Amino acid sequence: MVLTADAQALETKHLGFTISPHEECAVEEAVRIGGEVVVLTLGPAEAEEQLRDQMAIGADRGILLKTNGEEWDAQSTAAAIVDAIRAEGPFDLILFGNESADAAGFQVGIRVAHALGLPVVTGLKKIEVQGDRVRCERDVGGARDVVEAPLPAVLTVLEGLNLPRYPSVPGRLRAKSKPLAVVEPARPEQRLEKLRLVVPEGQGKQAEILENAAAVVAVMQSLGVA
Amino acid sequence: MIVCFVEDDELSAQAVGFARTLGEVRAVTFAGAYQPAAWAKALAAQEAEAIVAAGSDRGNELLAHVGALLDQPFAANVTAIDGDVVTRVRWGGSLVEEARLHGAPKLLTVAPHVHAPAEFDPEVLEAVDDGSPKVLERVEESSGGVSLRDAKVVVSGGRGVGSSEGFAIIEELAGLLGGAVGCSRVVTSAGWRPHADQVGQTGTKISADLYIACGISGATQHIAGAKGAKKILAINTDPEAPIFASADYAVIGDLHEVVPAISAELRRVRG
Repeated sequence: MVLTADAQALETKHLGFTISPHEECAVEEAVRIGGEVVVLTLGPAEAEEQLRDQMAIGADRGILLKTNGEEWDAQSTAAAIVDAIRAEGPFDLILFGNESADAAGFQVGIRVAHALGLPVVTGLKKIEVQGDRVRCERDVGGARDVVEAPLPAVLTVLEGLNLPRYPSVPGRLRAKSKPLAVVEPARPEQRLEKLRLVVPEGQGKQAEILENAAAVVAVMQSLGVA
Repeated sequence: MIVCFVEDDELSAQAVGFARTLGEVRAVTFAGAYQPAAWAKALAAQEAEAIVAAGSDRGNELLAHVGALLDQPFAANVTAIDGDVVTRVRWGGSLVEEARLHGAPKLLTVAPHVHAPAEFDPEVLEAVDDGSPKVLERVEESSGGVSLRDAKVVVSGGRGVGSSEGFAIIEELAGLLGGAVGCSRVVTSAGWRPHADQVGQTGTKISADLYIACGISGATQHIAGAKGAKKILAINTDPEAPIFASADYAVIGDLHEVVPAISAELRRVRG
């Protein structure tokens, strides 16, 4: 991993962008549940591409909370999402990834739920809407905890909830003409204020080459696992 | 006073150890069905300079609720703190962030395995059932095999395995070692194995004595789930595969030949 010169971000010159795996499952689940599906993200203008991808798999419209590329902390991200939901909602179900792949704050969905006065259930691997309630399951190491909530509710989900489909070519064509609202919220003072990113030391080992199966089994025996 | 939410587990002991570096610690817990919003209300009502928990599913969830209730920032998976500057894990551990944590009380969770555990004798706090979602029942899953998270040996396959059927040789080796079968994200996305087998940042984080990665290139998101293993053995035809930078042992070769050869050798030495 390579950082920019000011250590504020990853150097992305040679990288592509993608939606986080948990969020990808959230959109897939929303499309499977049915009804009108709205996809929302906070990010730079380029994030429109991810919204179009999600409209290509079946979301009906998109909302881009456009930033100038600076990162927003979880509190200000949640506040901007709450404003957008108040303006565009109400919604029966508000789905989030449990934590983002990059910032991993574990909190935006929960903050949005509190601000809107809605119940929230997190870390879900299964969701069943049953009338005006939702039955949820979360993994707890070899078992599943069952939790129910009345709708409307906020749910945060994990990869494994479903197997997301790939956008089809006709889906991509349809997505181009679906409505996309662009809002530019003001970035408030950051209260979890990023100072810099650091690549931890110790990445990059020199592996010992094992030439044959006998050498592998000898290593297994020395580790006490053979 | 530092308030530290604990459960009866190792990560909580580590969180208490970390919290003691900040000041005097009151370890607290709750009885009864898990009800995060209600438990968080009781935590938020405590007089404290900092409220701390383990960076576990529950620890992160409770502190996020406390952050929302108090309208304060919350730093998840902190590895170090110096005044109001925290160091925290991002990108599944491939990067860390230094950030200024404003406000009071300080709200943070402690990243797993960065601090030595400390003993604690928790006080049980009362939480008022406010009607918010709570755990209604726990359904045990009859997996039958060794769990991926706790297995002593995990044998994993990646894109190089080539197909669902290709996992037969991976299963055979895992079986001989009394271990579990894992896989990379490419494999679950292709539908060759269920997501429950996925090792990685968005799958299972393992803690095996030996992790055997077969035909896995070694994306950072995969390493994030594998690096809890004490030793990593990578089998790959490509000597430039990134997985080797995280491996202790390497076999440069085709897993379709190497893996059956290892199984055969194991059978031979066992007679």
